[in-house]
Amino acid sequence: MDPVLLARIQFGLTAAFHFLYPPVTIGLAWLIVYIGWRYLRTADPEYERMSAFWIKLFAMLFAVGVATGITMEFQFGTNWSTYSRFVGDIFGSPLAAEGVFAFFLESTFLGVLIFGRRRVSRGFYWFSSLMVAIGSTLSAFWIIVANSWQQTPTAYRIVGEGVFRRAELTNFLAAVFNPSTLPRYTHTVVASLLTGAFFMAGISAWYLLKGRHQEFARRSLQIGLVAAALASLLILVTGHFHSVQVALTQPAKMAAFEGLFRTESGADLIIWGFPDTANQTVRLKIALPGLLSFLIHFDPKATVAGLDQIPRENWPPVELAFYPYHLMVLLGGWFILISWLGLLLGNRRFTHRPYLWAVLLSLPLPWLSLELGWMAAEFGRQPWVVYGLLRTQEAVSVVVPAEQVLATIILFGLIYSLLLALVIFLLTREIARGPEPLAVVPAQEVVR
Amino acid sequence: MSHALLQNIWFVLIGVLLTGYAILDGFDLGAGVLLPLVARSDRERRTVFQAIGPFWDGNEVWLLTGGGALFAAFPHVYATVFSGFYLALMLVLFALIGRAVSFEFRSRVESPRWRAVWDGVLCAGSLVPALLLGVAVGNILRGVPLTPEMEYAGTFFTLLNPFSLLVGLTGLSMFVTHGAIYLMNKTNGALAERAGRWASRGWIALLILTIATGAAAWFDAPARFQGKPAVIWALPAAVLALMAWTRILLAQGKPGRAFLASSLTIAGLMSLFGAACYPYLLPARNAVDIAGYQGLSIYNASASPLTLQTMLIIALIGVPIMLVYTAYIYHVFRGKVVLEEEGY
Repeated sequence: MDPVLLARIQFGLTAAFHFLYPPVTIGLAWLIVYIGWRYLRTADPEYERMSAFWIKLFAMLFAVGVATGITMEFQFGTNWSTYSRFVGDIFGSPLAAEGVFAFFLESTFLGVLIFGRRRVSRGFYWFSSLMVAIGSTLSAFWIIVANSWQQTPTAYRIVGEGVFRRAELTNFLAAVFNPSTLPRYTHTVVASLLTGAFFMAGISAWYLLKGRHQEFARRSLQIGLVAAALASLLILVTGHFHSVQVALTQPAKMAAFEGLFRTESGADLIIWGFPDTANQTVRLKIALPGLLSFLIHFDPKATVAGLDQIPRENWPPVELAFYPYHLMVLLGGWFILISWLGLLLGNRRFTHRPYLWAVLLSLPLPWLSLELGWMAAEFGRQPWVVYGLLRTQEAVSVVVPAEQVLATIILFGLIYSLLLALVIFLLTREIARGPEPLAVVPAQEVVR
Repeated sequence: MSHALLQNIWFVLIGVLLTGYAILDGFDLGAGVLLPLVARSDRERRTVFQAIGPFWDGNEVWLLTGGGALFAAFPHVYATVFSGFYLALMLVLFALIGRAVSFEFRSRVESPRWRAVWDGVLCAGSLVPALLLGVAVGNILRGVPLTPEMEYAGTFFTLLNPFSLLVGLTGLSMFVTHGAIYLMNKTNGALAERAGRWASRGWIALLILTIATGAAAWFDAPARFQGKPAVIWALPAAVLALMAWTRILLAQGKPGRAFLASSLTIAGLMSLFGAACYPYLLPARNAVDIAGYQGLSIYNASASPLTLQTMLIIALIGVPIMLVYTAYIYHVFRGKVVLEEEGY
């Protein structure tokens, strides 16, 4: 089998699986900070009960995120050693910074969240939850810095020959804040908040449908919905700026997202359609005339570069970029609709059964949109692993035999499926069990 | 700062990160290996989990940060070692994945069979890295076959040579001793007594295996002894003295100080490893010329001066802050583990 394809399957599989966990934990972490802050302010035991319950679910999701994240840290070296040699001078620093600034912070204070409720003061307990939230959000920053540099490499020079050929750093801050870092980071962080918010809202909706834990569920649904309403709008805003940045810095990717085979002035924004690469057209398309030009250049007549401006060998796989991108955008619309509907319903949102069902069934959708967005971003960068500098085809480890990669793909597939099944089993068990009765949540003794 | 100075600083800093990992994750790896040997009841096993529960995750970050720093400072070493030691590293990864989730999953279901499964996962997931990290150290000491293009030229079985397996066992005994002394500090009663017995057994194994490794290295890795100043012999002497000090403190019933001595022993062994390899990070066993060096050295495998300098600034800002809050959290969870019946 093709070793490059195998390495890509392995990376895609392990990254897609890992990406199920950090976003929801980032989102939940901030909601837990909010709940803990309410508890500090009001000393209302209901908030402590909420905090304890969501931290319990958070800890499980976090553990699988940590477990699968270890793989990512080393996989560049194991499967992509040529890539590692080429980018190490630039790509390694954000990974190391992530360890020093983010991983230590989140994992050290997570110990307090899980084991320290009765060992530390209320204030310090809340502070620890804040440190976990900041740590996980910083971790997202550094890994997105690294990935964004692959998308829009900046502040480098190419030196050396053969195995010594590599991109060398010329300016650290310029490389960190390359053109795609902030659009991609803000977009991902608000999507993470949305995922945590729908997780909280969906589970609360289920309790309300079952008529269980009313007060707990109402408050949690409220927090989840407000956060989702806020996040879904911010996703639209950050998504817009991100798209403009892609159009300006990675025209091939934007052309693939929009199925724009020919350069057009007054390009349409496609809502849906079926791209046909062989005939270079999009079939059965529903489109808004001139809107793509307007969104990118604030001018409905402006010219948008199509794939005809890109040499054929540098085209991304159009279908693989188009469908995930458009599905993600449609889901984004659904998130705005469902969360704002909840706010408009007023107090009826707690009792309106069809609405609660819709919230419950929407629980997995942010995960779907995260995975789709990530697929669009990464397929859209192809055939490059570092945009314009290094092809994916040339980036793999030359010494790893294909059959060893195949063997580890099978093992990863088995272990990760088992992990997913276990985490779903344990989460549903804890959710079915529900929050601890108020009396059982022990009052915190204040130490020091 | 000159490039050569930065390269030397980063050799030391990578060594510091890996030593931090060996000392800190070392005790929880050791405790994990010892779980079935020291804990006989569910209550005792829970005590072991609780003793390392708040710390293992932060400890493992030393490895992740070491890996990231190696990628940034010496990208060729990261690329060659991780692709060359592919299957061995994957085994370590699978083990680390298993032990990472065992902490969270075990307590969630009361069934004894469920818990027995996760006890097994923690033990195996600790044993594999505790053994294989030493095997990797052995191979680096001995040198591995490399091509002029810096690629690993051996197979998986090249790595399983007697010398490296000996170093693997040395590492395992080091982690077990360290973990046992840690458990002596964190537990009471029969559990602490059993941990004490394993500390003694582990210590004897470590002493014998360390001397055996030194002797075997003289024959199997002679290049590591060449061209070193005579003062280098102070290091093995210091390691042996620290080991003796550990034993004396154990005999005096001072497990707290023995843990410090054991930590210093690990630091001594890691310094010995670093001094033996210097200036190489991955010496070649075959005759090969890679930009003037026989293997990957700090001079032919490093990042650019700007990256090394930037990373140094990151380390100087981040590491002191990290050390402060890590120390504080250890302080928060100081003392013996007290199980709370309604907790986990």
